[in-house]
Amino acid sequence: MDVRMHKGNVFMNTATMAYRNLLKTIHNPDNFMDVIIQPVLFMLMFGYLFGGAIAGGVQAYLPTIVPGILIQTMLSAGSGSGAQIREDLDSGVFDRFKSLPMAHIAPLAGQLFADSLRLLIATVTSLTTGYLMGWRPGVGFGWIVAIGLLAIVTGWALSWVFALMGLLAKSAGAVNSASLMTMLVLSFMSNAFVPLHSLTKPLRVIANLNPVTYVITAIRQILATGSWTHEALLVLVVDVVIVAIFAPLAVWAYDRN
Amino acid sequence: MTAINAIEVNHLTKKFGEKTVVDDISFNVRQGEVFGLLGPNGAGKTTTLRMMTTLLKADAGQVKIFGHDTVKEGRLARSMFGLTGQYASVDEDISARENLMIFSRLNGLSRQDAKQRTTELLSEFSLENSADKALKNFSGGMRRRLDLAVSLITRPTLIFLDEPTTGLDPRTRNQMWDTIRRLVKQGSTVVLTTQYLDEADQLADNLAIIDHGKVVKMGTPAELKQQIGGTKLNFTVSHTAQVAQAVKLLADQVTGTIQQVGQQLSMSLAQVTQLTQILATLKQAKINIDHLSVKEPSLDDVFMNLTIGKN
Repeated sequence: MDVRMHKGNVFMNTATMAYRNLLKTIHNPDNFMDVIIQPVLFMLMFGYLFGGAIAGGVQAYLPTIVPGILIQTMLSAGSGSGAQIREDLDSGVFDRFKSLPMAHIAPLAGQLFADSLRLLIATVTSLTTGYLMGWRPGVGFGWIVAIGLLAIVTGWALSWVFALMGLLAKSAGAVNSASLMTMLVLSFMSNAFVPLHSLTKPLRVIANLNPVTYVITAIRQILATGSWTHEALLVLVVDVVIVAIFAPLAVWAYDRN
Repeated sequence: MTAINAIEVNHLTKKFGEKTVVDDISFNVRQGEVFGLLGPNGAGKTTTLRMMTTLLKADAGQVKIFGHDTVKEGRLARSMFGLTGQYASVDEDISARENLMIFSRLNGLSRQDAKQRTTELLSEFSLENSADKALKNFSGGMRRRLDLAVSLITRPTLIFLDEPTTGLDPRTRNQMWDTIRRLVKQGSTVVLTTQYLDEADQLADNLAIIDHGKVVKMGTPAELKQQIGGTKLNFTVSHTAQVAQAVKLLADQVTGTIQQVGQQLSMSLAQVTQLTQILATLKQAKINIDHLSVKEPSLDDVFMNLTIGKN
């Protein structure tokens, strides 16, 4: 057989790398445990612990907390990609990827595309847990799908930031602690769990600067009004901008590694 | 057509911080030969190899692969060789077949070709029976075989092997040597790093000995061994009274001095055939000996010899 060499194609390379990462996750279902356990645990803990204190009851708190925990889970699922990339880079197999005549973005994009399965599982788990606890949004199922997709797109865009952190960090452990901090600060310094008017002025300023606040607001608006809003559109635009900035930076960091 | 060199390395240098790990190294690798980079741990072998295979940027100097500069024409140069790293560079979590399929696709093979090549390589490297098992259950030898198989997907004419047999048991090591010999027979050029003189001796046509980031010696294995005095002969003279006589008789026959510790004599042989002559001389003079040993020079000897007085 004569081995024909096609010129490396970015999309084909990325698809192959995504397939590789999917295989890796499927062979190790443990990789899904965090995105399943975390939203369930947080939804139960926060709902039953703080629901009464913040909103006067679990039922009244659910419209606040379901979008909040949804986005928090996206952040932590995205940070998992950063650690995974670091771990991969430290294993010998990345040497081979680098020595192959393929597009440099493919290993990174492949990882993140495969990880959107994690984002999907996290979204479904978060929303289902909310539903089981009594969350009944007054909009059609189509809008639930829409906010799910908005969350996934945002989570995916943010995972490029975590990918960059993974590429710049010294070890997977360092990525984990840095992303845990980022995740905690971004999710708690926002309107995810508490109404903004309950915050002191300096905290409110920070929360208003926090992009997470805008995503959650956009989702709550859609759920409250059953219509597409400017905020939601803005979130999508910002997602595109984040990818446009952080994807090239990540490739640059990958080449430098 | 005059054959161009498979590889030309010119004044290659790499510093990690203050430390110069590779210091102005130059050598050529001819097409169809096995070229060995021999040296102890930390000598700079792997760093040199990583620069040659575009994994690491050189601080100075240049590498050309079949005439193509690895910096200016990186992608083209990369398409011309296969690399097997020191640490198995295959995916642990997926099976051998999946590894071969994925790397075939990444190398630009169509799905059909990738499938066929995967089947070929699995049988060529006797991995068919474990093709669908996760690599976690693979032995070291199987892992190395898969690793090499992955490097050979595109049938590269140039193959880099970084310490291909480190950590393998003797039987698997011999299998690996046979595989490398088969590749050379098929016309491939092989560059390998090793810390075993034995391995370099078995496989390499030409060697560069590297120590502290510099090439301290280059040549064929035979030349190098010759330079350090070749084979060592040791024996004990049975009767103390005959020791002086033995030394006197043999002094003319061996090059270099005869070392004497008590009744024990040791000397270098330029060729192993000298042994017959030595034994004949001793027998004629009715000198009895025991505890005879003939030792090939080891890498330790080479290094002792080359680095003595320098440090």
